[in-house]
Amino acid sequence: MIANAFEYTAPQSLDEALGLIAGGAKPLSGGMSLIPMMKLRLAAPEHLVDLARLKELNYIREENGELHIGAAVTHYEVESSPLLLGKCPLLAETAAHIGDIQVRNMGTLGGSVAHADPASDYPAALQALEAGIVLRSAGGARTVSAKDFFIDTFTTALEPGEIVSEIVVPVEPGLTGTSYQKCKHQASGFAVVGIAVRARRENGVVSLIRVGVTGLSGSSYRAENVEAALQGVEPTGEAIRAAAGLVAHSVDASADMQASSEYRKHLASVYTAKAIHAALSRSA
Amino acid sequence: MTRAISLTINGKHYEHDVEPRLLLIHYLREVAGLTGSHMGCETSLCGACTVELDGKAIKSCTMFAVQANGANIVTIEGLASPEGKLHPMQEAFWNEHALQCGFCTPGMIMVSKQIVERNPSPTDTEIREGLDGNICRCTGYQHIVNAVRTAAKAGA
Ligand SMILES: Cc1cc2nc3c(=O)[nH]c(=O)nc-3n(C[C@H](O)[C@H](O)[C@H](O)COP(=O)(O)OP(=O)(O)OC[C@H]3O[C@@H](n4cnc5c(N)ncnc54)[C@H](O)[C@@H]3O)c2cc1C
Ligand code: FES
Ligand code: FES
Repeated sequence: MIANAFEYTAPQSLDEALGLIAGGAKPLSGGMSLIPMMKLRLAAPEHLVDLARLKELNYIREENGELHIGAAVTHYEVESSPLLLGKCPLLAETAAHIGDIQVRNMGTLGGSVAHADPASDYPAALQALEAGIVLRSAGGARTVSAKDFFIDTFTTALEPGEIVSEIVVPVEPGLTGTSYQKCKHQASGFAVVGIAVRARRENGVVSLIRVGVTGLSGSSYRAENVEAALQGVEPTGEAIRAAAGLVAHSVDASADMQASSEYRKHLASVYTAKAIHAALSRSA
Repeated sequence: MTRAISLTINGKHYEHDVEPRLLLIHYLREVAGLTGSHMGCETSLCGACTVELDGKAIKSCTMFAVQANGANIVTIEGLASPEGKLHPMQEAFWNEHALQCGFCTPGMIMVSKQIVERNPSPTDTEIREGLDGNICRCTGYQHIVNAVRTAAKAGA
């Protein structure tokens, strides 16, 4: 399995990279999705620009109550970052569910988000965290919410010439609990369904709840109907089960050898209930 | 068009002109002549091609050699001492009978080394999760898990 011939540039700066990408070159980050596709000749880019080692895309820092994570940060770095484990454990927990050690050592947050595989893990967490995705081109930068970024299978708000340069997550008060619950595909390890929940319980009722869903359909989404059903409500087992049952309502669920669309919807409601229970149990 | 790369493999310096589409596994086996790392599936799934690159276990069938320009690589050939003393992980694989045909073994040992480096006393569940990206068609894994546990106890 040998890829089509291509030209390769390891740029010295982000500006140099963006200039080449404006001219039609394709970004290469961890290569964990792109290289398999090139070997199968499902992708045949003429020019690859390697973003992986650019300092300007490799950082995790806290600034003005927000966490800023550079696009070239690897899944392993997300999973093991003391800053993220302390202040955004949902993202670290989600990263630890991706693939295997070798894939997490190479694959990047920005590459995964840009690729937008419908069965990838991060989108659920980014939806639940109401994360911002910073898109940068030679012409400037803009920030798009996770909700607006993920459009459909392998389809995002990225315009030609733009890259994902950073993910921004607001830092939460310690009262909030989070959880990512994933039903793994037995062969590929990708998410058959993956549910991320961020929730807070105050005075016996749910004071905040966000539910992000991946794997169920062509694009990740926020299950706002589940959120509405629990907002301000005492989270009894019955209330959670009933709310979780709404997660796939009016969703066109995918079907494949692993799970029919009906079974996927069933899994989604079971995993949503699990994730809500786990998140609330971690809420102070 | 070829590109010049220079890298260190098992402590030795290498310089070559390569096509950008040359995979690192092909570079290691066919250009550098290091055939210890195996090509199993060629599709990022079996882990037989695992090597260590700047301290991280990676699948060398899913990386182009040009991406490794400037890197420090360790392959299975680089684990034993020059006098032939085995690395504790190799020793443990031997003592625990963690291989039959041996095809998966170079990759298993390279990833096992990373598991123990990051988690010096892993539980069996953590060992099995760590081996997720490596396939063995012979052993049924139990003896591999035993070997990793033994090596961890020996302080590998
Ligand atoms: C064996 C295996 C198992 C896996 N299991 C899982 C899993 O369980 N869950 C999961 O979520 N994922 C899984 N993955 C996918 C993995 O997470 C990839 O790392 C990820 O999808 C792509 O990130 P990357 O950095 O490798 O990007 P690349 O492969 O380098 O690029 C992917 C695509 O995005 C583009 N791109 C890259 N970086 C940027 C950027 N900064 N801005 C804009 N475009 C960009 C590239 O041009 C390309 O089109 C698995 C992969 C493998 C090989
Ligand atoms: S040959 Fe690289 S993972 Fe199988
Ligand atoms: S020992 Fe034969 S494949 Fe593992």
